[in-house]
This record gives sequence, structure tokens and C-alpha cells, in this order.
Amino acid sequence: MFAELNSILNTFPDKFSQEEFIIISERRCDASFLIHHFLSFYLRARCKVCFLGLVQSFSHYNAVSQRLGVNLVQAKEKGQLVFLEGLQESLSHLVPQEGQAGSEALNFLGDPTKGLQDLFQFVRSSCSGPSGALGCTDRSGGPEEWGPPVLLVDDLGVLLSLGVSVGTVLDFSHYCRATVCSRLQGNVVMLLHCDEEEDDGDDEGAEQLLKGLTHQCSLTLHVQGLPTGYCRDIHGQMEVCWRRQQADEQHTLNKLFQYKVHDKGASFFARGTSSAFL
Amino acid sequence: MAAPVSGVGNPGVRSSSLNSTSFQKKTRSKLLSIPGTRPSVQNGQLLVSTGVTSLDFLLGGGLAVGAVLLIEEDYYDSYSRMILKYFLAEGVVCQHELFVASAQDSPNDILQELPSPIMDDVAIPKPVEQPRLSSEPQDSLDTMKIAWRYQNLPKVQSTLTSSSRFGHYYDVSKTMEAEIRQAAKCHCFNLPDHPQQTTPSYSPTLESYSALLKSLQEVIQKEGFAGKSRNILRIGLHSLGSSLWGDDLCCCDNPKHTHALTTFLYGLRALLRSSLAVAVVTVPSHLIQNRALMGRIAKLSDTAIALESFKGSERETNPLYKDYHGLLHVRQVPHLNCLASQFPDHKDLAFKLKRKQFSIEVNFFLLSLFTFDIHTFPFIHLIGLTCACTESECNLSFWCIMFFVQHIKYLLI
Repeated sequence: MFAELNSILNTFPDKFSQEEFIIISERRCDASFLIHHFLSFYLRARCKVCFLGLVQSFSHYNAVSQRLGVNLVQAKEKGQLVFLEGLQESLSHLVPQEGQAGSEALNFLGDPTKGLQDLFQFVRSSCSGPSGALGCTDRSGGPEEWGPPVLLVDDLGVLLSLGVSVGTVLDFSHYCRATVCSRLQGNVVMLLHCDEEEDDGDDEGAEQLLKGLTHQCSLTLHVQGLPTGYCRDIHGQMEVCWRRQQADEQHTLNKLFQYKVHDKGASFFARGTSSAFL
Repeated sequence: MAAPVSGVGNPGVRSSSLNSTSFQKKTRSKLLSIPGTRPSVQNGQLLVSTGVTSLDFLLGGGLAVGAVLLIEEDYYDSYSRMILKYFLAEGVVCQHELFVASAQDSPNDILQELPSPIMDDVAIPKPVEQPRLSSEPQDSLDTMKIAWRYQNLPKVQSTLTSSSRFGHYYDVSKTMEAEIRQAAKCHCFNLPDHPQQTTPSYSPTLESYSALLKSLQEVIQKEGFAGKSRNILRIGLHSLGSSLWGDDLCCCDNPKHTHALTTFLYGLRALLRSSLAVAVVTVPSHLIQNRALMGRIAKLSDTAIALESFKGSERETNPLYKDYHGLLHVRQVPHLNCLASQFPDHKDLAFKLKRKQFSIEVNFFLLSLFTFDIHTFPFIHLIGLTCACTESECNLSFWCIMFFVQHIKYLLI
């Protein structure tokens, strides 16, 4: 959880807005540090988190979260976190072996016509399941109650790389938003990697998907590398766009920041005010 | 002389037959100690050497175990193939197991071309050879005239002391001797040996890639790399994505199998993350027209570098680049188990293949920014040097120097 980002987005673990659909788009850089921020933020806020970790293994997320002060193994045991490890579950579909059936959530790998329905069923059952784990009790003796459900997806570009079409991913995101945001009053955060757009629209997949998602979302974080090239002190710039009118503000703002990722966090500053130059 | 201390938890390190001391470092950690690996300074991850010491330095100490290195091939696949051979040769020297897959040449051909390692000299007691008659002409070279007291000492014999060192040097002009190579266990996957069966059910990736993935999983499970083994498996995959694998990525503008290679790379990553294996994959990216697809392929690998050789291009005769054989671009550096990635300080790198070293250096002669002829303005060339060093930082100083240089040009004309 990055304190500076919390103040930028005006969200805090004890006071955050619900029914938010947040899109993180990355271009020419790696914005996975934001996913780690949101993961630790919502776990600290005592929400029930469903995390689709398709890009890296569980131990990677656990190692980074420990540096940010959150223990994923404990959260999983207590029932607060439901983690889908894409890499491990996909092997049984990619290299089929007799007698070993993988998780049904990744059935789209074996059969493209099915779409992402199984993945959505997995999300729905994790988010709307019983709020507490059966064996876990809080101090008063009842099952632990968690807050509103949150869905985190890292990263939608992997679904495109595995052969899922853009329309299917848009349908999936729409179903997730309808279930988690509207019906369960939770939040959804999705990460999408886009590459350089070309004149003849080569990467129609990711660009189209980004446009469709930006239309549906309430908050977008566009992260890109610096246009002048790589710099050691400034890792990139982040543009924050609110789409929904906030209750106390009349107009939507776009804010632009530059950031630098450290070992245990990230610092955000206005353009040109990096500590390397001042 | 240090007092001998017994090593704790150090079963993997081999001691050579003749130790000058019996001192062994006491390690309190329970980390695996596998020959040819060392923990990373930044996050304690296990690293192996790629065989090229300058590339190891660039990647932050070495290649992480469980990660994939993607090499975008140069035009004639000469230097990328060389790096693949360095990687496999390093595996032989460190006694790791090898897995080589190729659709084009037989994997045995690649294994026979491995460069010969430069031996360390270690004194080992060897029975002194029979004294030769002094009338033989070659004897004059053997008898010592000045240091004759050392005549009868054991002769120095070159041998391979590999297990304690990280990163070795190779002599490109010689190939590795057969007995060293055969000491290492190699698994080969030659695509023509695996006939394509038409399966009625849908396969998420191409037949050839599925067969390769299956073969990899079998080797990993059979040899125990996913569980109890104490050795590393080095996987070298040559020219993936080329037409010989059945993929049309390289021949069509709008390929039908857009996600075959990316699905394979995802499966490869899944296999590697749960086992003690490292993979080096070369891809002929100059044939792939779709740049966004290349970006997605690079995103699915952990480390990605691209080689651009000067052979055949007009830069070969350019005096700026006469010291180098090509440019090396670092596309991606991983950050496994940590938040920030450690990119190399400079991204303008050039490489040169020397006989005993593959060197990668910062390229100071980046004068592509300047449009005037450097032959007539040699001192402007020098000024250009100072600001071409840091390409993207210090924009203010760059523009000052540009302004100054432009004015000098007008003075001279």
C-alpha cells in the first residue's frame, strides 16, 4: 500500500468508495506495482479479495506482499483471499495427462467456444460465497465477517495471448462488473497491457479492449514509460482519469504524475519535481 | 593458515581431490547449494551463469532459476546461436543437465559445436615422465636451465575445476572435446523425429509446440527437477516461431496461429516456475511483421534481449562501429519476487565477439543524433561524444551543447 497513491486517489483503508471499476493500462513499462498496491490495500481494508493471478506464481505475489506488510498465506487460510494461480492450473490443460483434471476456471484453454463462462462462475462463487471461513472465528466467537468483495485481475493481456477474443473478454468484464460492483457493491480492478499502436492498427486486440473497458470504468490509471526513453530516477508517468462525477467535486479531473518504484513502495511526484533534479 | 571448520549443510559443493587447506565456509542457511549457481545479491534468488560473463553482469548477476531468457536473433542467426552455445557449454562445465530442441539442425550438431572452455591450471601430482635422452631435440624445451631445481616437480596438468567458479571463459576457435561433452547428460528434441499426428480435439497450441511441452514435462518429472533433484536443467530452444516449427508467424502478415507461440511460452513459464530449470529461447524476430505480437512474446518471457549485427548492413563499413560486431538492446529485465526491476544503467550497448570473450560494452559513439559529416568536423565529433553518453538524462545540458555545436558549425562553414 503506497501512502502517496492513497492521498492522490483519496482512498484510505477505513474509508474508500465502493462500486468502483478501476482499469490500469500499461504501455512500454510494467505497472504490476499498482496491482500489488491494490492487493495490499484491500486486504488491509478487510475486504474479501478474489485475485486472478495469471502472470506470476503465488510465491512471487507473496514475496512482494510481505515487503508491503501483508501476508497472503495467512489471508488465504483465514478465507479472506481466494487466489487463482493461472500458471499452475494451466499446465493440466496445456499438457493433458490422464487422470489429472485441472481447475475448471481455465477450461477456455481446452475449448475456445466455451468462452470465459467457467472463469466467471469461479469469480462469482468466490465473491458471493460465505463471508467467513468455516473454521475461523473472531473474538466474539462468530465467523469472521469480511467487507465488500473485490476482484483483482492480473492481467487481461494474458487472456488475449492465450487466444481469447476481444469480445469475449469484454463480455467477461461486463459480467464481473455487473455482479461484483452493482449487485455485491464491491470493487473491480483490472490490469491491461497494451503495446505500441501502429498506423494500420496491428494490435487491434488490446487497443480495442482498452477502449471498451475505459468506457465502462469509473477510474483509469494510464501508466507509461517516459517518451524520451529510459531514465534511472523516473520510471514512468501515470495519468489518473476519473470518469464518474465524485460527490463533492463538480468536474472530472485528469492528473498527471511521474513515479519511481523502490524496493518497498513507490513515490509519486508532479512532473519535473523528481528528487534527482531538485 | 585458517583452522579447519566443518561446513554445515554444504553437501552439494564438490571439493577437488587435492585441497590446499581443509577450510570450508560455514553456511548457516538452508538454501540449496548446487554447483554452478549462486544467490543473487539483490533478492537472494538462485542465479546461474549464461556462459557470457558480460551478459551476466548486464542481467544483474546471472539468469534466475525458473526464468526464461528470450533472444531476438540477428539476421544470420550467428551471434544468437553463439550465445545459445555459450549457455549450453556453461551447463556442461557446471555439470548441469541439458535439453536442446531444434527444428532446423539436429540438436547433436549444436552440441558438437560448443566452444571449448579455457582450462584452469591446477597442480595435481602426476607420476613424472620417464627421463628422455638428452639427444632428443624436444628435450631442449623440457629441461630447465635456470630453474633446474624445479625440474622434477609434478608437471602442471590442466584440468577442469568447475564447481566452485561462477562463469567461465571459452575459446571460440576450438570446439569442446568429446569426453567433456559426453560427461554431461543431454536430452535432445529433434522436431522431424516427432511426426505430426492430427488430433481430432482442439489443441491450444500447435502440434509441434505441444509435443515439445510434453517432452519437457516428461524430462522434468522423470529426472526429478520438480522435486528432489539437486541439479539444474538448462533448456535451449532454437529458432522458435520459425516456419520449420509449423508456425506461420514469420511468413504471413496476418498469421492464423497468432497465439500458438504465446501459449507455448505461457506453458513454458508454468513448467519452469515449479522446477529447477532455466531456458534460453531464440526467436527470429526480424521475420515477424507484427510488432505488437513481438511485444506480447517479450512480455511472456522474463528477460528479453535483441541482437542486431552489423554484418551485411551499411554500418559494417562505418568507422564509428569498427570496434564492434553489433548492437545489443535490452528489451526487458525481470523483477521476480521484488517490486522494482534493476535495469542496466545504460541501454546503448554494443557487443563484440572476440576469440576468448564475448564482450558487451556501452556504446559511446551514438552520433545518429547529429546530422553533419563527422569527417570534416573531428572536434565536433568529440563534443558529440560527451553528450551522447547519457541519452535520455540531463536534457538541459544536452540542449546547451547542441546549441553550442550548431553555432560552431556555422562559424566553420
